[in-house]
Amino acid sequence: MGTKTSTRRQARFLPYILLAPTLIFVAAFTAWPTLLAAYQSFFRQRLNIIKFKEPTYVGLGNYTDLLTDERFLRVLKNTAIYVAVTVPVSIFLALFFALLVNRKLRAIGLPRLAFFYPAMIPLVSAATVWLFFFTPDYGLFNTALRWVGYDGPQNWTGNPSMALLSVMIVVIWKNAGFYMIFYLAGLQGLPVDVFEAAAIDGASGWQSMWKIAFPLLRRTTLFITTIAFIGAFRDIDHIFVLTNGGPSQASSVLLFYLWHVRFENSDVGQAAAITMILVAVLLVFTLTNFIISERTSKDV
Amino acid sequence: MFETGPARGWKSRISRGALTVATVVLAVLWAIPLLWLIVAAFRPAGDPMGPGDVWFAFPLTLENFAKALELAPFERYFVNTLVIIAMVLGVQLVTITLAAFALANYEFRGKRFLFFFILLQLMIPTAVLLAPNFSTIRQLGLFDTRLAVAIPFFGSAFGTFLMRQSFISVPSDLVDAGVIDGCNWWQLLWHVYLPPSVVTLVAFGLASVSFHWNAFLWPLIITNSDSARPLTAGLVRFTQLGEIGARWSLLAAATLLVAAPILIVFLIFQRRFIQSFVHSGIK
Repeated sequence: MGTKTSTRRQARFLPYILLAPTLIFVAAFTAWPTLLAAYQSFFRQRLNIIKFKEPTYVGLGNYTDLLTDERFLRVLKNTAIYVAVTVPVSIFLALFFALLVNRKLRAIGLPRLAFFYPAMIPLVSAATVWLFFFTPDYGLFNTALRWVGYDGPQNWTGNPSMALLSVMIVVIWKNAGFYMIFYLAGLQGLPVDVFEAAAIDGASGWQSMWKIAFPLLRRTTLFITTIAFIGAFRDIDHIFVLTNGGPSQASSVLLFYLWHVRFENSDVGQAAAITMILVAVLLVFTLTNFIISERTSKDV
Repeated sequence: MFETGPARGWKSRISRGALTVATVVLAVLWAIPLLWLIVAAFRPAGDPMGPGDVWFAFPLTLENFAKALELAPFERYFVNTLVIIAMVLGVQLVTITLAAFALANYEFRGKRFLFFFILLQLMIPTAVLLAPNFSTIRQLGLFDTRLAVAIPFFGSAFGTFLMRQSFISVPSDLVDAGVIDGCNWWQLLWHVYLPPSVVTLVAFGLASVSFHWNAFLWPLIITNSDSARPLTAGLVRFTQLGEIGARWSLLAAATLLVAAPILIVFLIFQRRFIQSFVHSGIK
C-alpha cells in the first residue's frame, strides 16, 4: 500500500455518499430498532389492556418480571438445551458426512445430494413433512417403532417431554448437510498424505477423524460454529408448524417466545426486554468468537 | 478421507465396506422426507393414508395440486415471493457494490467505525429485531406490502463484507493504471473492480435468493393478506385451514409447491450453489 494508494484518496465526500444507502438501511433496521427496544424495555406497555395502553416507566420492571416468571425461565432452559444439542450434533454429523462422501466412489454425488438437499428447502416446508412423521397413529416414527415391536401411539409433538426433541430433530436433519459442504471444502484443501501416513501407522477411520481431520479443520469448525449458533437463535420457523411452542411452552425458545409475547400477548415492554436479552447473548457470543478467531489466525 | 489408498488387507477392506454401508443407510434416511413428500403428493386424494401406508397408491394423480391451488392462491404467493426476492436482490447488488467500493478504494475519516457499524448487522440478525422493526414498518405505513417484507434487507453487511474482500484483492497496479488512464470513480468501479468480482457477486446473489425464498417469520408478522404474503407464510396459513385436517396428500402437494421451485433451481445449478455457499463462507 503506502504511496501507491495515494492516487486513490482524492475524493472527499464521495466515499460517504457511496456508503450512505447501506448506512441508512443498517441504521433504520438494525441500530435504531436496537435502541428502540432498549428504551421500550424500561416501560410497561400492553396494547390489549386499555389501562396499560400508554407506556409508563417501570425501570427494570420488565426484566425482573421475566426473570421471576417460571414460563420465561423454562424458555431460557429450553433455549440452552436447544442450542447445546443442535449446534454440536449438527456439526458432528456434518464432519462425519463430509468424511463419508469425500471419497472417490461411483455415484458419490447421490449421498452428497441426499445430505445437502434439506438445506435448500424452506424450514416451514421441512416442518410440514416432519409433522406427518411425528403424528400419533400412523406417523412414520411410530410405524418404525411398531416394526421393532414397540407398541402404543407416542404423541411426539404433543408430549411435553418429546416436543423439544422433535423440534431439534428437524433442524439437525436440515442443517447437518449444509455445514457438511464447508467441511468438504476444508478437507479438499488438506494434504492427502497426512491421512495415508496415519493409515500406515494403523490409525482407524475414527482416529483419523478426531485426531487429524478435526484439529486441521479448526478454522472451518469455528466458522461453522458461528453460523450454527446465530442460526439456532434465528431459525425457529419450524416451531410454528410442529408445536406452536407447546404444550405450555415446552418447546418454546427465546425468539419464539418473543413472538408470542409481542404478537399474542401484545406486551410491548416485555417483548422489548426479551429482544435486549437476545441481542446481548448474540453480541457476547460473536465478539468472543471474533477474539478467538483473531487468536487462532495468529497461531496458524 | 477415510479412503486411504489401495486396499491393505482384509481389515481395511471390511472397514471400507462398513463405511459404504453407513453412507447408503444414512443417505436413504436423509432422503426419506423428500421421497415421502413426493409419494404422498401424487396419491389419490380420496384414498386416506392408513397406518404404515408409505408407498405410492395408484393411479398417480395431480388432483391434490389442483385442490391445493383452489383452496389458497399459491400462484399469487409465488409471484409475491418472486417480487420480494427481485426487490431485495436488485437493491442489495447496488448497495453492497457501492459500499464495498468506498471501503476498498478510499481512505477517509471514520472508515473503521462505519465499517464496524455495518457489521453490526451480522452480529444482530434482523429477525431478532422483529418487534421494534414491526413498529417502524407500521409508522412508515408499509404494513402488509411486499416492500415491507423486503426493505429491512436492502442493506447487507454480509454482502458488503464479501465484496470488500473481493475488491481488496484486486491488484493495486491495475487500479493505479486505471487512475492514470483518467478513469473517474464509476469507470474505475465498472472496468477495474467489478470484472474480477462477478464471481463473488453471483455467490452472494445465490445465497441471498435461497435465504429469502425460505424466509418465514418476518413475512408472517408483517403481512396480513394474500396480496403481500410469500409462499412460506402462505403454506403455514394453508396448514391451519379447517378443510385440511389430516389430509396429508393435500398438505404434501402444497408443501411440494413451496419447496419444489427452489429445489429444482438448485438441482440445475447444483455445483454453482454449493460453490457459492462455500465461497461466501470461506472468504
